[in-house]
Amino acid sequence: MFKNTVNTTDDYAIVLEARSDKRLTASDYIDSMITDFTEFSGDRLFGDDKAVVAGIGFLGKMPITVIGIEKGKNTESRILHNFGSAHPEGYRKALRLMKQAEKFGRPVLCLVDTAGAFCGIDAEERGQGRAIAENLYEMADLKTPMISVVIGEGGSGGALALCHTDRIWMIEDAYFSVVSPESCANILWKDPGRAGEVAGALNLTADKLYKLGLIDKICRKNKMKELSEELKKEFEYLGTLKTEELLEERYLKFRRAGYRSY
Amino acid sequence: MELKRLFLKANNELENSGQGGKDRKVTCRKCQKKNTVTKIRNNNFVCPDCGHYFQVRARRRILMLTDRRSFIEMNRDMKSVNVLGFPEYDDKLRSAMDKSRENEGVICGEAQVDGHKICIFSMDSNFMMGSMGAVVGEKITSLFEYATVRNLPVLGITVSGGARMQEGMISLMQMSKVSAAVKRHSNAGNLYITLLTNPTTGGVDASFAMLGDITLAEPGARIGFAGPRVIEKSLNRSLPKDFQKAERVLECGFIDAIVTRSEQKTYIAKLLKIHGM
Ligand SMILES: [Zn+2]
Repeated sequence: MFKNTVNTTDDYAIVLEARSDKRLTASDYIDSMITDFTEFSGDRLFGDDKAVVAGIGFLGKMPITVIGIEKGKNTESRILHNFGSAHPEGYRKALRLMKQAEKFGRPVLCLVDTAGAFCGIDAEERGQGRAIAENLYEMADLKTPMISVVIGEGGSGGALALCHTDRIWMIEDAYFSVVSPESCANILWKDPGRAGEVAGALNLTADKLYKLGLIDKICRKNKMKELSEELKKEFEYLGTLKTEELLEERYLKFRRAGYRSY
Repeated sequence: MELKRLFLKANNELENSGQGGKDRKVTCRKCQKKNTVTKIRNNNFVCPDCGHYFQVRARRRILMLTDRRSFIEMNRDMKSVNVLGFPEYDDKLRSAMDKSRENEGVICGEAQVDGHKICIFSMDSNFMMGSMGAVVGEKITSLFEYATVRNLPVLGITVSGGARMQEGMISLMQMSKVSAAVKRHSNAGNLYITLLTNPTTGGVDASFAMLGDITLAEPGARIGFAGPRVIEKSLNRSLPKDFQKAERVLECGFIDAIVTRSEQKTYIAKLLKIHGM
């Protein structure tokens, strides 16, 4: 075993638990929080990426656009959803529906649960990097309130691509990391076995990220009703802001990340 | 914002022309032929025998692309802090500073290209592989904000292994932070040109490297999001030879043009001229 403090071991346990296939997926959240959910498909450029499930419905009485990264429930559906790893088309579908939400004045809810953007020849050649970059760029001034909730895994750039939002919330036992602890340990020490040790250092738990000021709220797990109430309240508040205020706050939220920490 | 005159000091085999005025010889990694440092440098750091592109340091890039003595550096003193107390990061920062003789992995400032005023950032692969942490993100964001207020174009020269793991989520968030600043610069009608050099990958590829109005690349540069070894491992077979190479990325539609080192300055000056800047 490694020389771990209890804390770091706990952090790695959180990562492993966030990957568990018994966990609630984006579609569970949609089923229990959104009524009249109507799913839409396609990026209008190349195809439809089922790793991203997106559409419109009601949150309470509020019409809303929901975009979730879906991991699937059983072997068959996991394959269909590519285990929650999106190709560029997934991010482009998400962006298309965000723009549609902007047009019709609907708020946007993103449910994030991915080990990371898909790594493959096709994904690269269709511009995985560009797709993620474009989301960050366009979401920076999308003129409608947006909240993202990391419900399981927040895997690096592939998760961030749906998190350039007014609020980033995390379920208490989710994680959000720049790199998976395994690859981090592998890159640093050529030893994926030290993942447990490095998980603590990466500060990837909801708790630690909240303390660092990088996320805005920690939500209790398996409390759909509570979450849905909190979302309604927050969307209502964001809806009272003037567009310029909303966008300025969003800009400053990310502007502050790492500011004067050097 | 703090402005400082550039003075050149850099440290790699091609930047030190040897002790006692003697012109050292350097072996080309590709063709194994030896040439003097002066000869390689006068050939824009391209191997005179096989055309191999040697790595160019950030300051040297600025020198090669901008008018003599026009560069004024900004935020040179910003240094990274091990905010998360990440293991070995303090040592890595120290040795990166020693090795590169720079405070961080990007150099930012104002300069002129054929008399056209621009803001420029130039990344340095000798500083922790050009990885992006809070300081790199902050310096580039500040540069875009500075350029937005003054309506100046930005020229960005990228080389990076991606986000800096040792800063955890703080480094990932820099992708968002810089992208938002690029958006504001763009909304104000300003021009952003990127020159992608070998390698431009990970979080830098997935943010400001891919957000230029005009995207240029150096011949043969590796440009992509995921590391080739990761992809190879998951596919269980070797990758096509041109995978993630600038030429292939252009074919796929993500680059406007591949520009050789000897043409870069004239090319960029022409773009600035056409934009009336
Ligand atoms: Zn050669």
